Amino acid sequence: MEQTALTFRKGLKDGMPICLGYLSVSFAFGIMATQGGLPVWVALLISMTNLTSAGQVAGTQLILAGGTYVEIAVTTFIINIRYMLMSLSLSQKVESRMTNLERWVLAFGITDEIFAVAIQQKEEVNAKYLSGLVITPYVGWALGTLLGATATGLLPDSLRNALGIAIYGMFIAIIIPPACKAKPIAMVVLLATVLSCCFKWLPILNQISSGWVIIICAVVVSAYAAARYPIDDEPAPEKAGGTG
Amino acid sequence: MTFDLQRVLLSVAIMAVVTYIIRVLPLAIFKKKIQNRFIRSFLAYVPYAVLAAMTFPAILFSTAEAVTVQSVVSAAAGLLVALVLAYKDKGLLTVAVGATAAAFLVEQITRIFSV
Repeated sequence: MEQTALTFRKGLKDGMPICLGYLSVSFAFGIMATQGGLPVWVALLISMTNLTSAGQVAGTQLILAGGTYVEIAVTTFIINIRYMLMSLSLSQKVESRMTNLERWVLAFGITDEIFAVAIQQKEEVNAKYLSGLVITPYVGWALGTLLGATATGLLPDSLRNALGIAIYGMFIAIIIPPACKAKPIAMVVLLATVLSCCFKWLPILNQISSGWVIIICAVVVSAYAAARYPIDDEPAPEKAGGTG
Repeated sequence: MTFDLQRVLLSVAIMAVVTYIIRVLPLAIFKKKIQNRFIRSFLAYVPYAVLAAMTFPAILFSTAEAVTVQSVVSAAAGLLVALVLAYKDKGLLTVAVGATAAAFLVEQITRIFSV
């Protein structure tokens, strides 16, 4: 990986693959919202104020089904609570001198994918880079919603279905290379995969909602790995394994 | 179908506020580097555990709203291609597009044979 500085431009550029991935996901959300009967501008408003995939889909489904405010709040909380872990992890990755205002604004943009790209940088992350990294996906998220909400059903079903896998492909591209280079990371990926599958297929465990499953897997596996393979780097820029 | 707009907007506001609070609190509170080695290691492993837990087994059910044997097969093909491309250190976009293309092609092929 070239040693370029973390500029605003680099942030915008690194956000491009996320933006493309978001286009298809938010496209599907836009379709779902308007087919459910919401006006286009409300679908867009939801995307622009929430910027979450699973969280806002579940919330919107509750709105459409006439769910109560408490139901909506609790569901949103449970599905999105993983962001708390990501935000905490990210708090250790950003420059200490990042201002309060920058923290309060940029925290809005913490998503699975933006977090994943930010955290794999070798250096500490600054506000300029992070703003770039948030803006492109944000535009993609809003634009995809608008397109989906207005041009419902423009893409053939077969293509829309296939696009569902795009975001997971991106996740795999993030976790596999470091796992090949560092055994502890490979163990983390393997254990989290096995545990997550248990929650999907074993009786009783499969009753737990997906938001909690992610939290439980992350906490259990990371705690095990932290005890088994503690990382000794002082504030050195290289994380375990790095990204090459 | 029409909805009570006030109820809808209040619901959207609740979703937005709850989500924002979750995101902002840790980042706003923890401004110093945590010194404890266990916690630092823990937080370094979190991203990989989170992404792996989100990807597996969900990826197998990602290519259809109503999951069928066909859709799982096409998703498995996409997964395989993604693993190979990622192993070869290809970029995020390449892997994502490769997985999508494989899922799409296999879906078309299984459809031909199922007729």
